[in-house]
Amino acid sequence: MDFGPYLFLASLEGAVTAAVLALTAAGLSLVFGIMRVVNVAHGEFFMLGAVIAWWVASLAGGHPAVGFVLALVIAPLIVAAIAALADFLVLKRVQYDPERTIVATIGLLYIIQQTVLMTYGPEARPVEAPFNHRIYFPWFGYSTYKFFVIGAAIALLLGLWLVMTRTRLGIVLRATQLDRETALAFAIPVERVYALTFGLGAGLAALGAVLVVPIQQAHYLMGGDPLLLSFIVVIIGGLGSLAGTVVAAVLIGMSDGIISVFFSPTLAKIIATLAVALVLVFRPQGLFGKAAR
Amino acid sequence: MTPTAKAFLLHGGLVLALVAGHFILPEYHQGNLARIMALAVYAMGYNVLFGYSGLLSLGHAMFFSAGMYGMGLSVQHLGFGAGPAFVCGILAGVVLATAVGVLALRTTGVAFMIVTLMFSQAVFLTILYFTPWTRGDEGFVIQPVDRMLFGIDLSDATYRYFAALVLFAIVMLATSRLIQAPFGRVLIAIRENEERTRMLGYDVYRHKLGAVILSGTISAVSGAAYGLLFGYVGASFASVQYSILPLLWVLLGGAGTIVGPFLGTLFMFYLIDLTSSITTAYMLLAGAALVLLTLFAPEGLAGSFRRRLAPWLP
Repeated sequence: MDFGPYLFLASLEGAVTAAVLALTAAGLSLVFGIMRVVNVAHGEFFMLGAVIAWWVASLAGGHPAVGFVLALVIAPLIVAAIAALADFLVLKRVQYDPERTIVATIGLLYIIQQTVLMTYGPEARPVEAPFNHRIYFPWFGYSTYKFFVIGAAIALLLGLWLVMTRTRLGIVLRATQLDRETALAFAIPVERVYALTFGLGAGLAALGAVLVVPIQQAHYLMGGDPLLLSFIVVIIGGLGSLAGTVVAAVLIGMSDGIISVFFSPTLAKIIATLAVALVLVFRPQGLFGKAAR
Repeated sequence: MTPTAKAFLLHGGLVLALVAGHFILPEYHQGNLARIMALAVYAMGYNVLFGYSGLLSLGHAMFFSAGMYGMGLSVQHLGFGAGPAFVCGILAGVVLATAVGVLALRTTGVAFMIVTLMFSQAVFLTILYFTPWTRGDEGFVIQPVDRMLFGIDLSDATYRYFAALVLFAIVMLATSRLIQAPFGRVLIAIRENEERTRMLGYDVYRHKLGAVILSGTISAVSGAAYGLLFGYVGASFASVQYSILPLLWVLLGGAGTIVGPFLGTLFMFYLIDLTSSITTAYMLLAGAALVLLTLFAPEGLAGSFRRRLAPWLP
């Protein structure tokens, strides 16, 4: 193949990565924006979404689309419920202290990961895609399911944006983000809002995982990369800014796809982690964020 | 008895008990204790930064592995003996800690945690990237021939036990002197109230940088010693897990105490040793311990002991 088709293929792969990453990182960004805590267990909620999707799909039987659609509804709900429970049992009790929350969520990370290892096992298992047509370009064929992933992610993010800007729930969330104390004074049940936010953030990660699991198999260690990439995206995009997160996800996802076609993925990761550390050191408000208030 | 005398008795007693351990305990537990003492040095290094200066790093595995690879690579590729290789490991730790300190200390709080995590991840990936030299995940073995230090064979179980004990005792003495010295007092002041310390005219940045370098160096000493004593260098020691473990040990034992890191390492090592014979998912225990500690006992074992019974505990 010539260089052109290569680049085309790389950008398609990059767009799929970007779509899933945008969903996952939006969850992390939402939690950071509203609750002011960093959730290190975010990648494990992603993994949990994929594992539950496999479980639902293998129980459902019949046409693969039935299992997939069921998984798309059930997996995020279960994951959100688990996250809300974790918020109630753990985060609330450490009063959302930023540093203690990080230590506690590291603990959660290992609890979730190792519980999945004990129950689901160390194998990687696939979920069948709901449909499996291929579009034939002059140089290669490409699965239409991957286009569906991109479309679904865009639709979900639009939905999230509408909820945040156009509904009562969105106002409550934004009020809590702006000023916790004042929100409390205006009778907003901040504790319930926090549990909801934590659940919503984990649910978004699980949604991304369900979308990606027909392409990439479910495995108990699959949460590491999404966590790292989401961190990078949220930091580059400016902590807590949803629009910045989406822009950064597209940027990172596309460049990750393109770079890893041409260079060693390890080298790409080294450059990315160093870059994000240096962004945090020299421009803590993120590349697109406003300076801290 | 003065608090200093009590502390001296406690630390001296611990060292004596460990000496006695060699003559009383079965061989298997002696091997474990040698590992625990070497790793407790790592925990004490971590404690200088986390327990005494109040800076929570999530990337100390990079210092531990800098020591380990600084030692291992100079043995493997430069043909150094154990002594010079050990020094190389420490130097690698000093250089890395200085560079990371200068950059990471521009941030505070959560950003500091993430920056150290990222730098450590970059070091881990770099070790994997240079697999032809470092042998990556698989790691490499330091041959017994290269583990002779001053004519002492460190691959022999008895010498290894006492080498670990000597190192442990030196570092314990050094850290307990450090926190009594003016430099250490300023670190504690920074932990308690950074703004007030700055108001009093202390250069907070330089003290914090000193703490990062010292903490990183002690961690590198532990990494180099661990590689020399147990004859293996591998990338798993640079992974995130090895950044989380010292945090867990120090939290469990008691942050900001001298004996806490050793107690935490001892307890966690045996807990994991026991569970790993039952299940492969032994990190579940580490996770549960982290959550329970943050929820119910943020002071750890030695910390609770100090609050309830012994306010003199250093």
